[in-house]
Amino acid sequence: MSEHIIPTKIYVIIWIALMCLTVITASVAFIDLGPLNTVVALLIATFKALLVVLFFMHVKYASEKLTKMVIISSIFWLMLLLFLSLADYSTRGVHP
Amino acid sequence: MADSPITVEHHGPELRHHFATVEQQRDAASLGMWLFLATEIMFFGGMFCAYLIYRYWYFNEFAVGSRSLNIYLGTINTVVLICSSLTVALGVRAAQLGKQKLLIILLILTIIFGVAFLGIKGIEWYDKYKEHHIPGSSFNADDLVQEYPQIHIDQSHEQIYFSLYFAMTGLHALHMIIGVGIFVFLLVEAFKGRFTPQYNTPVEIAGLYWHFVDVVWIYLFPLLYLIDRRPLR
Amino acid sequence: MATAAVIHERENYLNKEYGISSWLLTTDHKRIALLYLISITFFFFIGGFFALLIRLELLTPAGDLVQADTYNKLFTMHGQVMIFFFLIPSIPAVLGNFLVPLMIGAKDLAFPRINLLSWYLYIIAGLIMLHCIITGGVDTGWTFYTPFSTAFSNTKVIEAGLSIFIAGFSSILTGLNFVVTIHRMRAPGMTWSRLPLFIWAHYATSIIQLLGTPVLAITLVLVVFERAFHLGIFDPTRGGDPLLFQHLFWFYSHPAVYIMILPSMGVVAEIVPCFSRKRIFGYKAIALSSIAIAVFGFLVWAHHMFVAGISLYSALVFSILSYLVAVPSAIKVFNWTATMYKGSITFSTPMLYAFGFIGLFTMGGLTGLFLAALGIDVHVTDTYFVIAHFHYIMVGGAVMGYLGGMHFWWPKISGRLYPEWLGKFAALIVFLGFNLTFFPQFILGYLGMPRRYWQYPPEFQVLNVLSTAGSTILAVGYVLPMVYFLWSMRYGKIAEDNPWGAAGLEWQTTSPPPTFNFEETPEVTWEAYNYDQIPAPAEVTVGR
Repeated sequence: MSEHIIPTKIYVIIWIALMCLTVITASVAFIDLGPLNTVVALLIATFKALLVVLFFMHVKYASEKLTKMVIISSIFWLMLLLFLSLADYSTRGVHP
Repeated sequence: MADSPITVEHHGPELRHHFATVEQQRDAASLGMWLFLATEIMFFGGMFCAYLIYRYWYFNEFAVGSRSLNIYLGTINTVVLICSSLTVALGVRAAQLGKQKLLIILLILTIIFGVAFLGIKGIEWYDKYKEHHIPGSSFNADDLVQEYPQIHIDQSHEQIYFSLYFAMTGLHALHMIIGVGIFVFLLVEAFKGRFTPQYNTPVEIAGLYWHFVDVVWIYLFPLLYLIDRRPLR
Repeated sequence: MATAAVIHERENYLNKEYGISSWLLTTDHKRIALLYLISITFFFFIGGFFALLIRLELLTPAGDLVQADTYNKLFTMHGQVMIFFFLIPSIPAVLGNFLVPLMIGAKDLAFPRINLLSWYLYIIAGLIMLHCIITGGVDTGWTFYTPFSTAFSNTKVIEAGLSIFIAGFSSILTGLNFVVTIHRMRAPGMTWSRLPLFIWAHYATSIIQLLGTPVLAITLVLVVFERAFHLGIFDPTRGGDPLLFQHLFWFYSHPAVYIMILPSMGVVAEIVPCFSRKRIFGYKAIALSSIAIAVFGFLVWAHHMFVAGISLYSALVFSILSYLVAVPSAIKVFNWTATMYKGSITFSTPMLYAFGFIGLFTMGGLTGLFLAALGIDVHVTDTYFVIAHFHYIMVGGAVMGYLGGMHFWWPKISGRLYPEWLGKFAALIVFLGFNLTFFPQFILGYLGMPRRYWQYPPEFQVLNVLSTAGSTILAVGYVLPMVYFLWSMRYGKIAEDNPWGAAGLEWQTTSPPPTFNFEETPEVTWEAYNYDQIPAPAEVTVGR
């Protein structure tokens, strides 16, 4: 993994984007979009997380496939936990 | 965290005896940190799972609990954390370029942002304490029941929301405290001039950790503060 | 080949330094492996002591030896000690620690100090567990099921939870160290397709440790909070869901079974080709089946909850997924047997354990399919059938593999040979004692004897007496190796560098290895298990 120095400019651009997205997500929450509110909030969060991981954590530049595999498999395992648990809860019929 | 190679061996000042090259050592440390972060995802994941199930079951209580949080402080904290992520990213860059003074300044800024986050979090928690919203024997959500007469609220389900709120933000804060500790350690090392363009792995992997804690908060913010802020009908 | 005396005088990891601090502050993976060996042996005998008390109580139908409460504590402590303090660290932390760097041609694990840290975490966890045992113990069952553990049990749940939480971190750090070492520290020429299957098995194990253990950790944190502050997260009277605890708990604890069995499979994959003098059959299939087990293992956890009240639809899904695990397991068994086919087999001690493993694991695995089937599971849930199945995998599988591995690599670890006839004798006793202990429990369970009771109807007595008798034989079989291993350290025949004529880098260095494992970093130019190119040593070919 070779070191890759990223110009300060890119960091600042990402920072500005993250700030804007924070303000956007907080404001959008007050608009009634029905069930889409949660979807929008999570999409923005995921986009922000992607920006941090790709640029601040250098995954886009100075990283090998292995790092990406670690990230993808840990998210995959998290989804296993969430969705297989939900498989039970969403079909249980009993809703307290 | 990773094995910060400071012991002086005969291969060169920073290379530990069992590695062949500096690159191998740095790659090992970086992979180690990424794997550690994978375990952290699952660590928080268990809690996200509990959150998901109960939010699905008790949406009303979760929505009301979320409304009772201070969205301004929450947003400010998000901003503070993003700023700290920027200073960390720039700090890693400074270390790679060997700009020692800049590195020290950025590390100090990061620590300040980290402490500020914890301080604001403390204020929020103290507000919850005053409102009797801390789960346990003195928990009381009567104020929320009165405030939202149009929503049916079960007090013990409300308590589950606040239990998860405190567990998740508490665990996150614990990670912040550890992170600030790491940066204080790095600051001391940076004052000694330890980090050079050839050797800056500790700064780099501490940065990875800090960004991860930031990412967790990026999710916690909408999941806890923004569950349902829509105008009430 | 140098003479025995010269080998002994050579500097190695054992005689390089002396004194307590040279052990307690060591970062040498081989010394840490021995520290682990001593500590897990200690806990093995503690857990075994509880097991013997359980069997003694069940000798008669009446509850005459211990009270019901004490009995509850006995099976809980037996489970917690054996699982978290013996089985999970057993092969990875002892043999894995010792062999992973040797097998891939590295000087040490990637993070030697983290390796030592993980041993200290284990010891701290162990001391807390011991304190918990001495001051009263826990009675929740090793599974900590809520709401009993959080609202009703008046035993030391918090302490036990804390102890297992810390032990979990020790396990995570070991796994992390292995993955990084296997990725980053391989000797030149040691490609992924040349890795010993022992390494593949440990790689798969480490994946489970890394991704499963944190979920257990957070679950235990929630249990401790719930118990201390009555939050209601798992309390059905306050809107919490006890099944959520079970989901989170089994998300780790089912894959944890594979943490215990996968390394054993790795051991068997080393022993079988060596004593069949043949290249392993289906290298790629075995390697990938280890990874498949690690992945599939995470898809099946709710088969522990079929009668607990999960939805029938999800139970169906989990039942089908549970069958999936049988596929990679069967692939392994078939490939081991295919390796032996037309091989020149030597019935030496490690091979006897490998045979034991294959047979008993197959039985344990097949009865696991019974339990994965929804209908049969309803019949045998919480009976001795489950106990028998579980022990066929864990004791018949994991412990057999562990003992086989200990015998196989003992010459490398200690530089001495154990008395072969005694080894074979002990292996035989272990096999007989094991089957006598646990086979009757299949029948007992099928007849309906429930687990976790200190009394039982008199018609079950004959089978219970058989089981108790078997457990004492098994105990003898476990004490014997410890005795002759200790004896051999001083009086055993000096071992050659490669007494079995085995393939694998660990046999290319001296016995015991020097501190940094190899005089110079080896370069691998051959495929794994090249037994067609290695002459069998005279002693092995004649069969001892």
